[in-house]
Amino acid sequence: MNAIATVIAKRLGLGLLTLFIVSILIFFAVELLPGDMAEAVLGMGATEETTAALRERMGLDQPAPMRYLDWLGGAVRGDFGVSLVSGASVGEAIGQRLLNTLFLASYAAVIAVPFAIALGVVVALLRDTLFDRLANVLTLTSISSPEFFLGYILILYLSVRTGFFPAISSLTAGMGLGELLYRTFLPALTLVLVVTAHMMRMTRAAIINLLAEPYIEMARLKGAPPWKVIVHHALPNAWAPIINVVALNLAYLITGVVLVEVVFVYPGIGQLLVDAVAKRDFPIVQACCLIFAATFILLNLAADLGAILTNPRLRHPK
Amino acid sequence: MSPVLIGACLVLLGAAGVAFVRRRRLLCGALVLLVLAVAVTRGFGLPPDLAGLAIAAALLAVAAALSAGLKWSIVRFSGPAVAREFRTAPLTASFGILVILLYSTAALFAPWIAPHGEAEVISSSFAPPSSSLLLGADQLGRDIFSRIIYGARNSVGLALAATLLAFLLGAVSGLLAAIKGGIADQVLGRIADILMSVPALIFALLMLSIFGTGLLVIVLVIAVIYAPRVFRLTRAVAGNVVVMDYVEAARLRGEGDWYLIRREILPNAAAPLVAEFGLEFCFVFLLIAGLSFLGLGVQPPTADWGSMVRENATLISFGDMTPLIPAGAIALLTVSVNFVVDWMLLRSSGLKE
Amino acid sequence: MSSAQARDVLLEIRDLRIDGRTNEEWVPIIKGVDLTLHRGEVLGLIGESGAGKSTIGAAAMGYARDGTRISGGSVTFDGRDLVTASEAQRRALRGARIAYVAQSAAASFNPAHRIIDQHVEAPVHHRLRSKAEAREDAMALYERLRLPNPDEIGFRYPHQVSGGQLQRAMTAMAMSCRPDLIIFDEPTTALDVTTQIEVLAAIRDIVAEVGTAAIYISHDLAVVAQMADTIKVLLRGEGVEEAETRRMLSHPQEEYTRSLWAVRSFERPQKRRPAGGAAPLVEIAGVDAAYASGGKVLDDVSFEIHPGMTLAVVGESGSGKSTAARVITGLLPPARGEVRLKGSPLPPHFRDRSRAELRQVQMIYQMADTALNPKLRIRDIVGRPAQFYGGLSGKELRRRVEELLELIELDPADYMTRRPPELSGGQKQRIGIARALAADPEVIICDEVTSALDQLVAEGILKLLGRLQDELDLAYMFITHDLATVRAIADEVVVMRDGRVVEQGPKDEMFAPPHHPYTDLLLSSVPEMDPDWLSRLLEERGRDNIGEAARDGSGGH
Repeated sequence: MNAIATVIAKRLGLGLLTLFIVSILIFFAVELLPGDMAEAVLGMGATEETTAALRERMGLDQPAPMRYLDWLGGAVRGDFGVSLVSGASVGEAIGQRLLNTLFLASYAAVIAVPFAIALGVVVALLRDTLFDRLANVLTLTSISSPEFFLGYILILYLSVRTGFFPAISSLTAGMGLGELLYRTFLPALTLVLVVTAHMMRMTRAAIINLLAEPYIEMARLKGAPPWKVIVHHALPNAWAPIINVVALNLAYLITGVVLVEVVFVYPGIGQLLVDAVAKRDFPIVQACCLIFAATFILLNLAADLGAILTNPRLRHPK
Repeated sequence: MSPVLIGACLVLLGAAGVAFVRRRRLLCGALVLLVLAVAVTRGFGLPPDLAGLAIAAALLAVAAALSAGLKWSIVRFSGPAVAREFRTAPLTASFGILVILLYSTAALFAPWIAPHGEAEVISSSFAPPSSSLLLGADQLGRDIFSRIIYGARNSVGLALAATLLAFLLGAVSGLLAAIKGGIADQVLGRIADILMSVPALIFALLMLSIFGTGLLVIVLVIAVIYAPRVFRLTRAVAGNVVVMDYVEAARLRGEGDWYLIRREILPNAAAPLVAEFGLEFCFVFLLIAGLSFLGLGVQPPTADWGSMVRENATLISFGDMTPLIPAGAIALLTVSVNFVVDWMLLRSSGLKE
Repeated sequence: MSSAQARDVLLEIRDLRIDGRTNEEWVPIIKGVDLTLHRGEVLGLIGESGAGKSTIGAAAMGYARDGTRISGGSVTFDGRDLVTASEAQRRALRGARIAYVAQSAAASFNPAHRIIDQHVEAPVHHRLRSKAEAREDAMALYERLRLPNPDEIGFRYPHQVSGGQLQRAMTAMAMSCRPDLIIFDEPTTALDVTTQIEVLAAIRDIVAEVGTAAIYISHDLAVVAQMADTIKVLLRGEGVEEAETRRMLSHPQEEYTRSLWAVRSFERPQKRRPAGGAAPLVEIAGVDAAYASGGKVLDDVSFEIHPGMTLAVVGESGSGKSTAARVITGLLPPARGEVRLKGSPLPPHFRDRSRAELRQVQMIYQMADTALNPKLRIRDIVGRPAQFYGGLSGKELRRRVEELLELIELDPADYMTRRPPELSGGQKQRIGIARALAADPEVIICDEVTSALDQLVAEGILKLLGRLQDELDLAYMFITHDLATVRAIADEVVVMRDGRVVEQGPKDEMFAPPHHPYTDLLLSSVPEMDPDWLSRLLEERGRDNIGEAARDGSGGH
């Protein structure tokens, strides 16, 4: 178990280091602004004095590394400073919206992940049949479609023309879970459509890649039926790539959410980010980017750990 | 019935005839039935949903027939090497090629094809389709059909430029990392890891919020975001070639890096790289479309499919399909490129065995 | 054996035809093979690559690999035709009554499951034993196959067990349902000679004890001679001849069979160093080497290559023989010691060597497939060194390439514009030789150049190399694990083991006693064409003094 502990420790360290560097990247990217943040906020018409006053208020007279440490220290505690536009606390603006976004992403993930893996196994079993070809065309189409295309099709057919589901996900405090799930069904379904196709294709590919292995032939020559060959002999060796693609898609859910939130006017962090980018409200942009990047890095980390833990060579060293 | 529908029916009947001659009875029967279904639903005014379904099926069949025709003519009129490749191509791949050809034509000859100018206001806003406005007008009264045609030029051209730049950066550094190895390889790899640990869309939003939304900024930012992905793949593909004995033999002969890349590595890495180009193009194209949809990409009045979806989005709540048309144009191109890439990947993996 | 005819027929293959799919077309690969196997009989199937022996082995289980199909004939197992049987019927037989032992045990055990769990899968699936019974039986089988720690070894994962042990564990797995027939598909080909011998002994004993019938597939005649009662020779998907083992060895009827047998008798006259101690061409002196990732792979290695002579470097996998070649070519700079060319030291790294230095030492590789760039034309592959070192171009270059192709006995007009994938294995290896010759070298390092080739083709390559040595006065460093090759072409021999030189000297002295114990083990482990060789050896050395046990005892450390 020692070898595996070392590998995991190394990977964790690398993840933390990456996160640290990315935070530097996000903070100092804003420093690349022509002029500085104060000028960007006030625009061309501002006088020297007002700009200088704002600079002082925002702490811009401090050297950049100091400001970075302040910012990072605050970020760890959930304090991302104040919005340049409204002057309100960024942390408060993000709080509830982050929960909403996470809720939508998990809603989609809970449906998509098991569904995609099961379907991937089935398609691998039925490879080279008409069903497989059809699934291939459909999943490719789904992957290739922009989220807003799928989203608007769903709105058109499941909401406007039939009225099954609401087109706009207006959330109010104190809604029951059932009501919540119903109101957010369309955005969740859009996300499910996008990620299921990808995960399913990769699961199929991961399994089929293994079918040329001699141990698969051995299993067949021991009289194992096709489903057992796939489920018992191929699947356990395909976990590493499957876990990887699941993590990749969960990470994708987090970013795909941005477009879907805009389509369905969903009160999440993605919409906040888009608004902030348009208004050049940098503290919010930085905070949202850091949160998205951190989630992305953590999911990749989890995937790597999963791949390590399912590798028999690492789990059972010589 | 409209002349378009009659034309489609004729194409279908022709395909049915070919299928009959080639002894594909089932296919022939299905096609004939389809023509009948379209004729019946249209001719006798059956419920519109049923008619829509029949027309959709007919369109699909027409696309299939045209792709089959394209495939046949490529096999028939090209050299033996190309013909051998295409003989085994699936119908989806030739469909993809057909669509790519159509889009390229639209992009290249947009001013001659489009009936109206790109930003020309010619009617009232949201005017319904008519003989001079094939798909109706947008929120400012511009011809949607013309803007779609011009959009092919702008949206595809922009994505192509960004992909090319990303490829140039990524592939060159990937090849160098593969043959140099050592520290250069390590450093480039780490940089790529860091850049890839920020999600593409988020990275793009951050950069655009800082540098504004000029076309040049978009191309540069996207190239920086996607270069690491190209780098990774090139590094992996070239890494597999570099360990071959023939590369070792060339190195022991004393050959320089440029010779190794040009003669030994690139010819053996070309197939997966071309496929990757298609794949990356799709990602870039979708990302730019997404940005434009969010209002942070291509700026008005330039015709761009992502922006067009945004501009007409309100129509969807009235049950109008207009915003779906540019969105569908985006989807159709990415689907087609993916179909072709899928075939290429299948072919290159099949050759290895 | 004589009673075999009287016993029941177990498997009868009649006019078997199998197609393989290449370039979207079905091409016949087995063209009407007949075969009869009685209960308890062991049939050896022999042939070169492409003869279809493995395909027939799979077909005996009613199994067609992906990309092949059985297009005609019948495979009657115990009265039932497997070609016409349903897939479910065939599955019911596989594992239970017909079992399979594959070439690479390491690849054929599923890395995700423990060995014993894979062992019990067939008996439990076919409802022949409970899981507990099957486990008990597995341990008993492990013991009979002389696996160390039989009660414990099954609970390990495949990667935790050595190749020779895995191969025996796979034989045990094939035995798990006590099948009527086992197909052994080259079970020892991937193993070192000293490991091969104990696996052969274990397989032979258990097959005899249980009385299972077997089809033993191999390209190695000497191995088959130890195992089989009857031998059938195949050539390109057709049967050549079939006879009882001893008769087959002593009186082969067909021309092809005789040519296979004759390969083993090829031997070049041995050359000696000129009297008075001439200067060596290449000298490797006191070299230690290590890879960045691991420990030491060469430990104080010294030997010399003399002009116009062949030095064979012999050893099993992991002995460091290929690493020595990497040190000479400059791919792996030594940690200590140096390499000298004509008396003057070579820079340790190839990048620091001059063109003239690089030109004089050339390589020929084991796998001709990966040694030639598949996208280049033969003209360019062979021409490049002449262009690079000799500065030839245009007509001169063309003439030089033609000359080289003629030297390696390929028709220039026919081969100039082809690419490697259009050539056979032997032809590719010849192109590799031509590329080395194009540099006009003094010494060529041949790294296992014949081990991936069929015997007849390999013999052709060895003869060609011999002729080129005489004509061009070349020195060879011949890296090989195959003592038959050493016997055929070496002038001097270096025996390596675990990164050290165990023994070195002229060939005739090395092949005559007294030997170093390891050399002795290597020499005695090479199968001979005598059907009694294995039995005699086991009697002489004793069962516990072969294979891994013997190797660990003979090293002297």
